Amino acid sequence: MAKAGQFFSSGHTNNWAVLVCTSRFWFNYRHVANTLSVYRSVKRLGIPDSHIVLMLADDMACNHRNPKPATVFSHKNMELNVYGDDVEVDYRGYEVTVENFLRVLTGRLPPSTPRSKRLLSDDRSNILIYLTGHGGNGFLKFQDSEEISNVELADAFEQMWTKRRYNELLFIIDTCQGASMYERFYSPNIMALASSQVGEDSLSHQPDLAIGVHLMDRYTFYLLEFLEDIHPSSTTNMKDLFKVCPKSQCVSTPGHRTDLFLRDPGSVLITDFFGSVRKVEITTDTINLTAPMVHLEDTRPVRELRTEIQTYMDQLPVAEIIHQKPKQKDWHPPDGFILGLWTLILLVFFKTYGIKHLKHIF
Amino acid sequence: MGLLSDPNRRRALTNLLTRLNAPICVVCYLAGVMWFMGLAFEPFTLRTYMSENAMGSTMVEEHFPAGERALATGREFAAHKKKVGGMPVNWLVKTMESRGLEVFTQSFTRKLPFPDENKERYLVRGTNVYGILRAPRASRTEALVLTAPCSQGNANNQAVGLLLGLAQYFRSQVYWAKDIIFLVNEHDLIGMQAWLEGYHHTNTTGGDWSPLHGRGGSIQASLSLELSSDVITSLDLVLEGLNGQLPNLDLANLFHAFCQKIGVLCTIQGKLQRNDWESTSGYSHSAQTMMLMVLKQASGRPWGDHGLFLRYHIEAATIRGINSFRQYKTDTTTIGRLLEGMYRKLNNLLERLHQSYFFYLMPSLTRFVSIGYYMPAFGLLAVILLLRALDLWVQLGASAPGTEDGLAEREQSPSSPGVLSILTPVVISHMTGVALYCLPVMSQEMAVQHFPVSETEAVVLTAIAIYTAGLALPHNTHRLLQGEGTEHGWRVLKLVALLYLAVLLGCTALINFSLGFILALSLVPIAAFITPHTHKPLSAAIMVLLSPGCTLLYCVLIFQELQETPVSLQDGWMLFLSVISQGILDHSLYGSLVYPLLALLIYPCWLLLWNILFWK
Repeated sequence: MAKAGQFFSSGHTNNWAVLVCTSRFWFNYRHVANTLSVYRSVKRLGIPDSHIVLMLADDMACNHRNPKPATVFSHKNMELNVYGDDVEVDYRGYEVTVENFLRVLTGRLPPSTPRSKRLLSDDRSNILIYLTGHGGNGFLKFQDSEEISNVELADAFEQMWTKRRYNELLFIIDTCQGASMYERFYSPNIMALASSQVGEDSLSHQPDLAIGVHLMDRYTFYLLEFLEDIHPSSTTNMKDLFKVCPKSQCVSTPGHRTDLFLRDPGSVLITDFFGSVRKVEITTDTINLTAPMVHLEDTRPVRELRTEIQTYMDQLPVAEIIHQKPKQKDWHPPDGFILGLWTLILLVFFKTYGIKHLKHIF
Repeated sequence: MGLLSDPNRRRALTNLLTRLNAPICVVCYLAGVMWFMGLAFEPFTLRTYMSENAMGSTMVEEHFPAGERALATGREFAAHKKKVGGMPVNWLVKTMESRGLEVFTQSFTRKLPFPDENKERYLVRGTNVYGILRAPRASRTEALVLTAPCSQGNANNQAVGLLLGLAQYFRSQVYWAKDIIFLVNEHDLIGMQAWLEGYHHTNTTGGDWSPLHGRGGSIQASLSLELSSDVITSLDLVLEGLNGQLPNLDLANLFHAFCQKIGVLCTIQGKLQRNDWESTSGYSHSAQTMMLMVLKQASGRPWGDHGLFLRYHIEAATIRGINSFRQYKTDTTTIGRLLEGMYRKLNNLLERLHQSYFFYLMPSLTRFVSIGYYMPAFGLLAVILLLRALDLWVQLGASAPGTEDGLAEREQSPSSPGVLSILTPVVISHMTGVALYCLPVMSQEMAVQHFPVSETEAVVLTAIAIYTAGLALPHNTHRLLQGEGTEHGWRVLKLVALLYLAVLLGCTALINFSLGFILALSLVPIAAFITPHTHKPLSAAIMVLLSPGCTLLYCVLIFQELQETPVSLQDGWMLFLSVISQGILDHSLYGSLVYPLLALLIYPCWLLLWNILFWK
């Protein structure tokens, strides 16, 4: 009975993934390959297609320039075809727009939208959001014609929090200056990773001369390598994910943000976000569940915010949940001082030039 | 009061202008020439770089294996060409069909206005053969073109052989996103013009050709191949096209990138690059390369079969294989690989090449000067004309009886008696220009009847005769003129001539910088300093020496000198005559604008100045 409490230590009951590739054109092959590699890992670890929203802005596999049609490779010498036989793309080509992406996140879709195109998450869902493409300081370029800014994204996540559309969110972005995209987040329970800091470019990994393009970006390449070692029952935690692709391999400095996340990253399993894991223990004994559930006490000191993971009931305003550093305001001299200073100046003026000049001013 | 409306201040400014005019003009001229020469100095140039993202780096693997087979095909082509005595149409059609292309032919006829002595043709009849390789999966919206000319004798056989070899290799690949058209054109530029006109459904030059039955979509880029030997030592890139138009610089960058990757020597203007830019000889080498490009661009003729594509906004270049006495030889397979790599990269293009420069000068294959850097050289020369015009305006304003009020009065007085007096020289000069444009070709029959010369010579000599006859005009037109031979009259005429010349040269320099600059170099000094009061014999001699005709002669001599085949004055003169005839032919065959520009606009301008010199 006490073990029943163990099952809900992470607080989520289902997993979703939103994987977005935002660039089109043949020379952006690597962004599609990035997204498909993450898709592949996520599917392998158990999240079904019905819980994955895959958005690819261009069709590389069937591009006329692809010398190996119907394939998208992530390793050169064609070791790994991430396109495979059972890829299910939900938003394709020109459907990948900022508006559609935000509508998917916030759930404000027209009633006619099919289920496969919706993010039907609830307050017990852990969502993985992966974005890749071309980006800059504070924006991500969609389809060569529009951009999504970090403020818009932060507001979308806040809408998701208010509408109780997620339990915890893992946000990974692999673009140039990716860290700028997570700077503005202010909703709780979000952990973010980026492939490069502001002012740095994320570099591509390897060109394939037979195909004639770069196949993957460095960060996602090493992320894929890392994920290939994960299996559904791994206990690898987020701290290992933060170590993926150090500067020596990536040339850019990957960054992460955990201040909005309420659990300790070391206790968060990779499979909490990348897989869809059920803790199933088969027993032939009957368990009496009449008594209310007792949460297992951790050995770690209990923080007052601990209880908020499981419940939305006493939702405090966000500002009180997150204790941010007070903003530095510029120092002004006090108002009285300025008033006194001006009075002094006027007095000196009238003393020197006489009171009769007062009429020139008033 | 404002700077220009206050009479005192204006007087001071105009005094300044009048006093300093001549020195400023001289300084500007020297500065313009030095700026131009400085363009070849390496620190003032930029390194070339690929601007188009879609083309990226030379990141392809080239696998073309069949160089030897291509040479064998070339030999077969040569044999059939000799047997038929022209273009072996049936053999070409059969060979292209066996390689899996969709083959079509186009026949064309063209009667030249007078026989072309350089190429020995008058009534030209020929056939173009082209095969279209359809992209396996793409829709037929875009195309790339590879052409090789069918030349007489033993020239360019290997080019056609390589073209057919590449066609066979390309046919077995699945990654083509654009159709590739393999064209073998007869009678080089005439055939190419007929094909392009047929492809784009236009007929600007009046040729007679059969319509094209097969099309491939809008052409994105094109390469023309000239290869006359089995092995080569270097590849030469030719960029200059019709009317001095140049392809996008990215095409030259692509060529250079691949030459470096494969390890083939590449040249431009036939000159290799040197690394010692600090030394005098290094600088003079770059300056020579740049001057060659300037002269070729100024001539306005297409220097390779690619030159006619540029008019249709198709980026095109000619690659010429050169076999000189170097140790290291490159074989046909390597050239095939280079072309394969270039075509794979062009295949990746999503839009026409537009990211890099369209107006540039190249002192060497890796360095370029863009329009923003070379235009000030011309600007400095044009400023001289404007300064002199301002000076004249001030003089005209001061000499007319005017009151204290503004400019309106002053404008009235010069213009009303002046218009008619200047109209006559202007009209007569332009009529002479029209005569120079029309008469040589029209009256060749009459000339041949009366004089023992061939048609070509008749045309050229008539042109020169009309040109020289224009020199006698001032003496004759003064009989028609009613008088008004005042100081005032020639000043107005000179003002008009200066502004006219400035506008003309400005417009020319925008389209064809080299032509505008060379004309400016010779015409601006005489336009600036000619008055009726200068020493007449000396000024007349200088004017004749700097007239457009003589400038052309100097350009021909300098061009030969730069090509390292200097000619004596005698041979230079014969070359000059042939250049005139080629200019007239280019105009009627391909629409080159150099001859009409010189005859209808520049020559009358020069005649106006000549009129001013002999003003009575």
